[in-house]
Amino acid sequence: MSFTGGTVAASAAALRDGGVSPQELLTEARAQVERVDAEVGAVLTPTWELAERQAADAQRRLREDPGAASPLCGVPVALKDVLCLEGVACTAGSRILEGFHPPYTGTAVQRLLDAGAVVIGKTNCDEFAMGSSTENSAYRPVRNPWDRSRVPGGSSGGSAAAVAAGMVPYSLGTDTGGSIRQPAALCGVVGFKPTYGRVSRYGLIAFASSLDQIGPFAHTVEDCALVYSAIAGHDPRDSTSSPTAVEDPMEALRAGIAGMRLGVPHEYFGEGLEPGVRLAVEEALRVLEGMGATLDEVSLPSTGAALSTYYIIAPAECSSNLARYDGIRFGMRKEHDALLQMYLDTRGSGFGAEVKRRIMLGTYALSSGYYDAYYRKAQKVRTVIAEEFAAAFERVDALVCATSPTVAFPLAAREDPLSMYLCDVLTLPVNLAGLPGVSLPCGMADGLPVGLQVIAPRFQDARALRVAHAYEQATGWHRTRSPLVAAAAA
Amino acid sequence: MSSTATHGTDTLRVGDREYQAVIGLEVHAQLLTRSKMFCGCSAAYVGAPPNSNTCPVCLGLPGTLPVINRQAVEYTVRTAVALNCEIPEFTKFDRKNYFYPDLPKGYQISQYDLPLSRQGWLQFHVDGEQRRCGVTRVHLEEDTGTMYHAGDVLQSATSSLVDCNRCGVPLMEIVGEPDLRTPEEAREYLIWLRRVLMYIGVNDGNLEQGSFRCDANVSIRPRGSDQLGVKVEIKNMNSFRAVHHALGYEIERQRQVLEQGGALLQETRGWVETQQATVSQRSKEYAHDYRYFPEPDLPPLQLEAALVERIRGELPELPDARAARLRRQHGLGDYDAGLLTATREEADTYESLVATGVGAKLAANWMLGEVARLANEHRLPLQQSGLGVVGLAALLRLLEAGTISGSVAKELLAELYRDGGDPAALVEQRGLGQVSDAGALSSLVDEAIAQGSKAVADFRAGKEAALQSLVGYVMKQTRGRADAQLVNRLLRERLGG
Amino acid sequence: MPLTPEDIAHVAMLARLGLSDEERSRYGAQLDAVLEHMTRLNDVDTSPVGETAQVGELVNVWREDISQPSLSVERALANAPAREGDFFRVGAIQE
Repeated sequence: MSFTGGTVAASAAALRDGGVSPQELLTEARAQVERVDAEVGAVLTPTWELAERQAADAQRRLREDPGAASPLCGVPVALKDVLCLEGVACTAGSRILEGFHPPYTGTAVQRLLDAGAVVIGKTNCDEFAMGSSTENSAYRPVRNPWDRSRVPGGSSGGSAAAVAAGMVPYSLGTDTGGSIRQPAALCGVVGFKPTYGRVSRYGLIAFASSLDQIGPFAHTVEDCALVYSAIAGHDPRDSTSSPTAVEDPMEALRAGIAGMRLGVPHEYFGEGLEPGVRLAVEEALRVLEGMGATLDEVSLPSTGAALSTYYIIAPAECSSNLARYDGIRFGMRKEHDALLQMYLDTRGSGFGAEVKRRIMLGTYALSSGYYDAYYRKAQKVRTVIAEEFAAAFERVDALVCATSPTVAFPLAAREDPLSMYLCDVLTLPVNLAGLPGVSLPCGMADGLPVGLQVIAPRFQDARALRVAHAYEQATGWHRTRSPLVAAAAA
Repeated sequence: MSSTATHGTDTLRVGDREYQAVIGLEVHAQLLTRSKMFCGCSAAYVGAPPNSNTCPVCLGLPGTLPVINRQAVEYTVRTAVALNCEIPEFTKFDRKNYFYPDLPKGYQISQYDLPLSRQGWLQFHVDGEQRRCGVTRVHLEEDTGTMYHAGDVLQSATSSLVDCNRCGVPLMEIVGEPDLRTPEEAREYLIWLRRVLMYIGVNDGNLEQGSFRCDANVSIRPRGSDQLGVKVEIKNMNSFRAVHHALGYEIERQRQVLEQGGALLQETRGWVETQQATVSQRSKEYAHDYRYFPEPDLPPLQLEAALVERIRGELPELPDARAARLRRQHGLGDYDAGLLTATREEADTYESLVATGVGAKLAANWMLGEVARLANEHRLPLQQSGLGVVGLAALLRLLEAGTISGSVAKELLAELYRDGGDPAALVEQRGLGQVSDAGALSSLVDEAIAQGSKAVADFRAGKEAALQSLVGYVMKQTRGRADAQLVNRLLRERLGG
Repeated sequence: MPLTPEDIAHVAMLARLGLSDEERSRYGAQLDAVLEHMTRLNDVDTSPVGETAQVGELVNVWREDISQPSLSVERALANAPAREGDFFRVGAIQE
């Protein structure tokens, strides 16, 4: 039996009933990477030796006490290259971190390791998680497994593609303005961004501190829920991580959605939506209604200002978070006699264009004379946006809409930064309000995947997954696989 | 709040116009916590080998996050309370963004617009007069690393070395109002501020090692004007004396510039000890724009009234109040009370001594005299000496009872301080008891007079001091055990003086 | 309000980004376009609200004052691009 393109749940069952061993899963994963990654470009740093050791450990644990072992034990995973794993190269998709090997492992990753995960490598991403197509990776772009002339989305393009191409059943990505959900939509997989504060950011190379969250990619909502359970929960090393207990999503998953009130945000169905996307999403809404949920139109009037808000706050925070890349304690360095020249040249040549643009934008927004007009104003608009969501959630239990206005676009199609930013109009308001959001496949348009987005109130992560799971089980989209997976079976 | 009294010495003249100096001091004080401000590394970094006291957080490695040290917050609240500050309900941290090799993250986590406290004051003394200087704010931040410049001169160094051991040590910034008018006032303010911080146990007052640092803002203006003159920042003053000299130099420098019709530059100047002058630190082409914004990685602090009250209740008696009480309770003079309350340990020792029954004035004299001398010589405070407070009390009680003479007490003190032992037992064993019997001394007094005819003659001629050699003779004959006062009296009786 | 070349140069220096002339003019134009878009912020009435510096409602998140072991010197310096003895080395600061 082949596990390429399989689920975590299926692997977990087989690992326990003798159908497969961790080493065999690893071998299959490696074979798929070697078969397709030259084309896809998802894996920046493979970690086969580490994975072998982890597979052996997992094997032992499963033998000793299969009941106690986590469902993730022995299952291969890939990690976005902004997540620190001790001793393994971590580049954040940038040249400025070339050669950097963190002396520590981040919390979310450690929780996976503690569960017995088998890490096959670090995945490619937009530099410092800034981008919506993974074309900003300083190393190489990632190609969409559905159509290799197109982008996988970004910034977690590598992690999304690794799952979509059947290299691993799940992966970790990060989402600041849509960087898990949008690539999930474009690659036809499930991508979940938890409530801000649910998953520790300790070990996540920071882009925008008040917006970043770590989350899973997988083929099913259930798999995402499993991974979420393993990584969520308070961490004393992250002062923004929530101390409130994590509601077990697995229970909530089966509850069904009959009687639930689902909101359809008026402003998310505007003219920017491609016709194929609109059709698929509207069909999904009918399915949800057919399952007993009521649909209600709601309004989020400040949606139009969300892009501006995000593109002040995120660059402002990143301009500060990226100041540490100065060639002194780690990373790339362009040597010069004078310190100033070293700073200018190291950062000028170590960072790519998009990163430099955002640092400039953020520095400008925070600079003397402009703080009130830009940053302070943006923080206030952010409050308004959050309050509009809260008001909507008094009438409805969750919101449903498209994840991305378009399907995957060709590489080099969006060279104008502003046009690239527009990819995230439907996802970034969710980060601004710190809400949980999940994207899952809801159809195809011109042969390319379309994603449905479910948004829930803060800390109602289980509810978002429940709606998503119900839709998924009522349709068959979670069974479709990219051509690269089919190629493996052949 | 400005000084209420004016001082003769704060008058300057520029041409025929009277001017006055305006000084504001900014103190950075490291807190005596066990760990750093935002990570678990030890805060006791002095003497640690370079870069041996760091972790991913204080090194600013990618992906790391700060976590606030609760004790550092409490110490800062304690300081704010001791300095009579207002403590707001909400306070938060902000990022101060700039590039420098000793600042790993490229920003310092500090406080900008909602500091932990504001609007306080410090009472201190200058030449016996009470003064008050306003405290603008007390806030909390993290310290930077240290650097070594090739050739020790920053401006010409071709390379520098960075040690991150100190990065992240909790630092309290105390900004004083520009209420000070003379270098003397500035020095006294600092001495008193340091004393308060040491009393409340938040700082160890070590200027040399840099746990207590001071910068000054100095300007001069025509007397009567309420506008501030051009402000010059003075840095690199590493001792109270340096502060005093630097401010004196700078005020005179500014006066001269204005007198010669020149204009003063708003700049930063460093005190150069070897030149005994302030020297301009070449102004940078690019001004610092710190781009402050709220620290997104740290939730704000809500300091409840109950917390502040608990901390207020736990405050020890502050130096000023303690000196006043000692003056009142024990009739001590200003000077002695001031010296005895210079540190909390000294004051505690003194009061323990008096509590055992030793006379207050006697205890003061001995503590400030012989005990201080021995403590200095052996580099050991009384409590750690061979004698301890208990031993000293016993010794002084023997003196008070007249059992031993002053000079015997002095000798014993020196020996016991070093070697320990029981004073009463030693007096007994060695027969050191004072001879206070007039009869026993009578013959020796006669002897002294007999052999000291010149001294006798001088004494009778009116030279009081001449008696000393006769007293000395008797003391020598008795190996210091005679009651000197009694000998004195007997001699005077015999000589009819 | 369009950014002048001086604005761009100033911001690049504040951020210690060494930019070529071409980059400066290209980014300048791109930033202008983005900032143009920012005027949408003014469409939103924010008079009744405060700022959201933090999404969560957390306050007083802190830790006890306990000291933990530090990294060894070797591990602290392991990633150093320029090292002299046990220090990080930098070039002439030239204040």
